[in-house]
Amino acid sequence: MATLDRIDRTDQGVLRFLTAGSVDDGKSTLIGRLLHDSKAILADQLAAIERTSRQRGQALDLSLLTDGLVAEREQGITIDVAYRYFATPRRKFIVADAPGHEQYTRNMITAASTAQLAVLLVDARKGVVAQTKRHATLAHLLGIPHLVLAINKMDTVGYRQDVFVAITDAFARFANDCGIIAATQALPLTALDGDMVVERGAHLGWYEGPTLLDILETAPIPDTPASLPFRFPVQFVARMSGTERGYMGRVESGSVRLGDEVAVLPGGHATRIRDIRSVESQRSIARRHDNVTLFVDDPIDIARGDMLVRKDEAAVTSKIVEATLSWLDAAPLDLARTYRLRHTTRDVRARVRRIDSRWNVNTHAADPAPATLAINDIGRVVLDLAEPIVADLYEANRSIGRFILVDEATHGTVAAGMIRQGSAAAING
Amino acid sequence: MNAVSLHHLAWLESEAIHILREVAGQCANPALLFSGGKDSLVLLRLAEKAFRPARFPFPLLHVDTGHNFPEVIEFRDRRVAELGERLIVRTVDESIAQGRVVLRRATESRNAHQAVTLLDAIAEFGFDACIGGARRDEEKARAKERIFSFRDEFGQWDPRQQRPELWDLYNARVHAGEHVRVFPISNWTELDIWQYIDRERLDVPSIYFAHPRRVVRRRNAWVPVTELTPARDDERTQTLSMRFRTVGDITCTAPVASTALTVGAIIAETAATTITERGATRLDDQTNDASMELRKRAGYF
Repeated sequence: MATLDRIDRTDQGVLRFLTAGSVDDGKSTLIGRLLHDSKAILADQLAAIERTSRQRGQALDLSLLTDGLVAEREQGITIDVAYRYFATPRRKFIVADAPGHEQYTRNMITAASTAQLAVLLVDARKGVVAQTKRHATLAHLLGIPHLVLAINKMDTVGYRQDVFVAITDAFARFANDCGIIAATQALPLTALDGDMVVERGAHLGWYEGPTLLDILETAPIPDTPASLPFRFPVQFVARMSGTERGYMGRVESGSVRLGDEVAVLPGGHATRIRDIRSVESQRSIARRHDNVTLFVDDPIDIARGDMLVRKDEAAVTSKIVEATLSWLDAAPLDLARTYRLRHTTRDVRARVRRIDSRWNVNTHAADPAPATLAINDIGRVVLDLAEPIVADLYEANRSIGRFILVDEATHGTVAAGMIRQGSAAAING
Repeated sequence: MNAVSLHHLAWLESEAIHILREVAGQCANPALLFSGGKDSLVLLRLAEKAFRPARFPFPLLHVDTGHNFPEVIEFRDRRVAELGERLIVRTVDESIAQGRVVLRRATESRNAHQAVTLLDAIAEFGFDACIGGARRDEEKARAKERIFSFRDEFGQWDPRQQRPELWDLYNARVHAGEHVRVFPISNWTELDIWQYIDRERLDVPSIYFAHPRRVVRRRNAWVPVTELTPARDDERTQTLSMRFRTVGDITCTAPVASTALTVGAIIAETAATTITERGATRLDDQTNDASMELRKRAGYF
């Protein structure tokens, strides 16, 4: 039974990727094609979109698979990031589908925050446009290590290799100019007919590289480097039997062993690891990604928001943080206001002291000293915090060097931040 | 960069444990919705992994439609007793008695009415977070929902006003009267659920396995013949080998033809199926292309 192959035998884990493109680049069609050709679409879903396509007097429109909400179908647009799932015998895929037009930066940042690879769609007739550059730069900003330039609608340019080559060259020049260091793979495809999506098709014989699915199945899954120091943000303090307290959390990087001396930051109290437990077992070591409960020797006060680090590894705490800030809210950044900054499990009050520059999405240059940041703006800022945080840089440790800002009045999430170089200097200055 | 290798179930489990602990850390008064169905059984296992040997930092809440399969309720009570955790049950029948739910027909589906009972329970106990077993692969409207999904003081979900959700920095802050719904298994598929049940050797209610059941064929679906859902005069009752892929309100949950007697056999059937879980088993979702979205806006889980 061929379909049984969909049960994993050689499970290579989960790849999270995003798809981004301009309006009408055929992104929804591409995702629909990927789901359809990898057999992730089931008969009743297919029947539903056949019915809708027929009502609209169209041929089967695979893009309908990803148009979720009533408001979207009425307007023929996509409002928000949608998540799709499919699996092949090799791995499970989580697709974040970021719409191209409305609030593009906000949606793209949201999708990119969890993605390990980005598929950027380009219309072969239009080539690399402003939106392509924007998406590539945002993917770079969030540190996505792998870009796939999917040059779509090859049927509309006669499947010509020179068109493909000209577009990939233009993108390479742009990437080089902007310092985009992500590994980039380009491929030609026709999402509408499925050429080079899952099947190779009959029209692109000159292209000898992998299909899109081949790329997705074999792309290396980036991981936190093993060499990073131990970081354990305390999520929840559980009272065990009697007065014993267990500190629950996930090891974000590094590792810790029984008996290791640890510091509780930002306070700085020192103690030793007495016990490491998970529901299945007692352990002698906790490594990155492990959800564990830690017990320590001394009855010191440890609360959610504290971070355990190893005494023999460096950790810098700071009340001044330099960051790239992506503003996501309709109400612009107000320098007079205080926001809640969420960093790992820690909540501190924060104010933006100054905005050093704003990234101009059209010129890709930095506008110096803007008055504010509005929705979809990205800027370089300096923040003052009411209490210190462990200010690891985003480049070095993605899971520690990031934060969100929450509006104290509405409780909405208003900005995403990445801690940048300069934070360490700011501490001394 | 190292290439990783968390098996996909280990990855999903790790994400869910982290989410459950975030609820415990951020919310003052959460509850976990537990129906006895397979998704909520997986949630309970994940809660054990997150919090044992401590007690769960939240009670379990079941919104009982009164239209249950008896096997599922027995199973629910047995599981709760094994865990030694607190279960709160609130029923749609109480909501009807209070005049909060008005039925058009005595035997109509109570699936949508659950929202009233749920919101009343949230108000009664002052819950600021409700943890549920919904998955994004179930339905198109769910595909766009956050893991921490904000609800206003009327319990409504507004897809245009969702909070951006970055990385795994979840925002559970609410004002009094508002709450968040939290979906730790958002990224799981039906197949993942069964693979996890297999890996963890979890018990599930017997009606998930193939058993002889009296059914009639109605509009492309098998409808179980029960006191609440009798056969119509022109329908022919048959006894066939069936199982349920989902268990909910008896009046709108349909079984599928199956011979699967083990979790392994269910995994094989799930991997080979050509129909979605909701398409095969939920009679109420097909009334309107957008019926789930409309119900969710009104506070449905």
